[in-house]
Amino acid sequence: MAASLTLLVIVAVTIRAALYRSSLAEPIAERVEVVSPITAWKRVIEGLALLDLGVSPYSGDVFHETPLIIYLFHFLVDYAEITFMLADVIAAVALYMAVKDFNKQVFRKQKFALEANRYPADCLELIRSPTEMHYIPLKVAMFYLLNPFTILSCVAKSTCGLNNAVLALFVLTTIKGNVLLSAIFLCLATYQSIYPLTLCAPAMLYLMQHQYIPVNPRRASFWWFVVQYLFMYLGSLFVIVCLSFFLLGSWDYLPSVYGFILSVPDLTPNIGLFWYFFAEMFEHFRLFFLCVFQINVFFYTIPLCIKLKDHPVFLMFMQLAVISIFKSYPTVGDTALYLAFLPVWSHLHRFLRNIFLVSCVLLACSALFPVLWHLWIYAGSANSNFYYAITLLFNVAQILLVSDYFYAYLRREHHLTYGLYLKKKDGSEATLVLK
Amino acid sequence: MAAHRCSRCSWLLLVFIFSFYVSAKSEEATQANDEHASVVDNPQTAAETGKQPSEERLWEATQVNEAVPIDAAAHKQDFPVPGSVLTPTPQLKDDFKEELVIRPLQSGDIYASFQFRTVWETDFTTGSKVSHYRLFPKSLGQVISKFSVRELHISFTQGYWRTMQWGQPYLPSPPGAELWVWFQDTVTDVDATWKELTNVLSGIFCASLNFIDSTNTVQPSASFKPLGIANGTDHRFLRYATLPREIVCTENLTPWKKLLPCGSKAGLAVLLKSEKLFHSSFHSQAVHIRPVCQDWQCKSTSLELRQTLNVVFDLHTSGQGKQEWSLFKMFSRTLTEACPLASSSKIYIDVTDNPQEEQFELSPATPLLSQAVVLGDRRTFSVYDLTQQVTFGTVRSLNVLIRWKSTQGDMLRPLLHAERYVAGYGLQTGEIHTLMYNNHPFRSFPVLLLDSVPWYLRLYVHTLTVTSKGKDNKPSYIHYQPSKDRIRPHLLEMLVQLPPHSVTEVTVQFERALLKWTEYTPDPNHGFYVGSSVINALVPSTVAMHTNITQEQPLFSNFFPCKEESSYFMRVYTEPLLVNLPTPDFSMPYNVICLTCTVVAVGYGSLYNLLTRSFQIEEPNPGLAKRIANVIRKMRGVPPL
Repeated sequence: MAASLTLLVIVAVTIRAALYRSSLAEPIAERVEVVSPITAWKRVIEGLALLDLGVSPYSGDVFHETPLIIYLFHFLVDYAEITFMLADVIAAVALYMAVKDFNKQVFRKQKFALEANRYPADCLELIRSPTEMHYIPLKVAMFYLLNPFTILSCVAKSTCGLNNAVLALFVLTTIKGNVLLSAIFLCLATYQSIYPLTLCAPAMLYLMQHQYIPVNPRRASFWWFVVQYLFMYLGSLFVIVCLSFFLLGSWDYLPSVYGFILSVPDLTPNIGLFWYFFAEMFEHFRLFFLCVFQINVFFYTIPLCIKLKDHPVFLMFMQLAVISIFKSYPTVGDTALYLAFLPVWSHLHRFLRNIFLVSCVLLACSALFPVLWHLWIYAGSANSNFYYAITLLFNVAQILLVSDYFYAYLRREHHLTYGLYLKKKDGSEATLVLK
Repeated sequence: MAAHRCSRCSWLLLVFIFSFYVSAKSEEATQANDEHASVVDNPQTAAETGKQPSEERLWEATQVNEAVPIDAAAHKQDFPVPGSVLTPTPQLKDDFKEELVIRPLQSGDIYASFQFRTVWETDFTTGSKVSHYRLFPKSLGQVISKFSVRELHISFTQGYWRTMQWGQPYLPSPPGAELWVWFQDTVTDVDATWKELTNVLSGIFCASLNFIDSTNTVQPSASFKPLGIANGTDHRFLRYATLPREIVCTENLTPWKKLLPCGSKAGLAVLLKSEKLFHSSFHSQAVHIRPVCQDWQCKSTSLELRQTLNVVFDLHTSGQGKQEWSLFKMFSRTLTEACPLASSSKIYIDVTDNPQEEQFELSPATPLLSQAVVLGDRRTFSVYDLTQQVTFGTVRSLNVLIRWKSTQGDMLRPLLHAERYVAGYGLQTGEIHTLMYNNHPFRSFPVLLLDSVPWYLRLYVHTLTVTSKGKDNKPSYIHYQPSKDRIRPHLLEMLVQLPPHSVTEVTVQFERALLKWTEYTPDPNHGFYVGSSVINALVPSTVAMHTNITQEQPLFSNFFPCKEESSYFMRVYTEPLLVNLPTPDFSMPYNVICLTCTVVAVGYGSLYNLLTRSFQIEEPNPGLAKRIANVIRKMRGVPPL
């Protein structure tokens, strides 16, 4: 396993290094699907240039990354390519280890359940076997490292790669059960782009399960753990925010980074839903819809937590997907992170309803993005509606994909309790519906 | 690093102080030269030379007269009584001069430059209210005192000045409208005052100056230093804005003419007929207000209002092939009198290239000649003094006429000129190229380049390159203020040394932003204008360039190059740019709102569905007949089917 992982890493690094050296690197770095106004490498360089000119990078509206990123690249700007490749490798290895550990736990739980004879007799074909699960961690690493979206994002030096690495480390430390590190990495991810805030809930659920604390709001131990985790999380957030303040000597970065993410002033086209909607919005409804769209991202946390409180890792996957679909400046790098989790749920494939259609739509959209962009921006033979239509389709496909996995997960859980071949009262074969 | 930057700044400051010193000096020198020349070159007009001392004496007498009331006023103002300003103030004196310079250009066009100068011996800076106006226009005077303006420069220009064909203009101005104002340091909220001032000026000049807001206003740190006397040059009190899209026409000319003491009734202003002025290749009108010294000691200041109007007539197309022009042909008027309120009223015709009348013939001939160093070049002018009745001759009207004999002759190429364009294709990115030409054969000189770019072209300053002669030319000073979306534009100022006989290219990349649909102009596919870059320079003088000028001057006078004439201040404006931006579809806001909301609803709906419902076995609905039968069976008390 370790050997194949090493091989995979070598292949992935070679592909990236080759692309860095090729003439493709520059056009890729300009693609609006790959870089957003926050993550664009060009803007990071601009921030560094402004710092060299003695101007605060946040005095203008070009640089929107966090102060830590600018200080990181202040020292690493000459090794940027290595840094981004390293970030990808770290993310992949972290996911590999996390999924390996997670699979072990899944298997252990399944064994206990089988020993306790909790599964209905006809559910044996839903039971996962170790041989089937053996290659899942490697597949996850492969899905992340060899995903064209990740490769493009890395070649464009989008700082999204760093965020993904931080999130992957958060997943790893959570699954390993390290409360402090989990809180610290989650705080780093939140600091980079507010949205991972919602991952707080799955992390706490998982860690409570790990420590055998019952998830019951009436118990003091539950609240004690919540307070503990939030203290670590908010404490490290406080430290990091103050550290940024002392690095720059001003609070300018708060409106420039978080205000920019929340108020969406930059309408540069991207794969998300915000840009065209707010370019075409009537001025007096702007604030209302801005609030609606931003609340939408955070809104699903609590209902999802209630529904999936026994499956925090799947909840994490759902949250990552929701964030990457509904965030204000999404890039394909964000999509790549949650797509990497798909092999973990490979046992759900028999319950997926429209995976073929969705994959076709996703592939077609990925191909059509550059085509319609060219027609609009360079050839002038199409207009913005063409590109917008593709972003709509891409997002519908992503939503269908996620809700399909959610459906399949719930259905499998239902079958594990009530049996796979359900019968009606009269003994004929029953169909399962949502009611 | 800081020390280094400090030294740069101080050096820059030095350069500019020097530049104003030089320009002031050269002005003085010019005036002195002027008088000197008219005295020396025209010994035959003995009568006129005879008058000179008497005028001098007269001037001195008024000085003495004036000194007493000022003293008295000073005593009175020991304690500020508000009533004291209402006392009649006979010492307030104003003086009006008008002049027209006509320069035949090498391209065959004619350049006419009007200047009307009103000097008012009053002091606005003390903040005292003035309610009595004579020659100075009241509308402007009130604006200046209300908004505590120290200096005000406003210009409206239609067309672009072609430096390579026409040489340097006397007063440069960018296409469209330009406004720059120095406020007094007593102003607390400069931005609010500026906003109000632009709105008021917009009304006075019938122009769209009310479109000046924070998105096109900048505060240059080194360019646009005060032209009048100023004790502080803190650029917080400076505001500069251009409207490159502004179209100048009759409605701007009429209010401009109304500011003149004689209106358009008498004097040179009768020539300003809009149907002719706007039938030209270039038209520029400006108002400059600045405080100037009253005397050599500069104990008291007066307010100078200069109204200028420059126009270039294309005589090839309107002259039906004949190469001649006259005042009547240009302006469809002749001159019959000077403005009675003017203390001086003169027409200058540049005859430098025509010393022996081999190029053109001037009639009526005038015996008066004058020499002046203009823009670093020694020029000779024929002068018509309109205050003398002799000038109008027997027909009581003056119609200056030039008839060309030959068209050849070479113009001295301007030592500095610049051009600008946008490179790149597509609507995503682009690159602004600014080319600056130093045509001086052996001297390099520094220029200060100012670029103000609207926020929707996002400049990337790390892509800034300055190259001359194929080599990297690092600017010794860069002041960059990045833009804020919808709040302020980019401001880039830098000091570049132009090597002799070279082209310096400044490039910077930008990204085009997609705007909200309401932020586009009504014709979005026409493109967006970017104002001209401004290049300020201390250009080595052409006079100093001629090393063999010795035949005209005594040998002892010119071994070392004379410092005052060695360089002069010059401002060059480049072309404005027209840049296309990507546009959304303006016709479908409803569709976009509906479709996007639908997609969000699909996401919300499918998650809501899965979150709130649970899996159940589907019980097929019994048929209608069976249901009715069951109802009946229930009534009968029999178990249902």
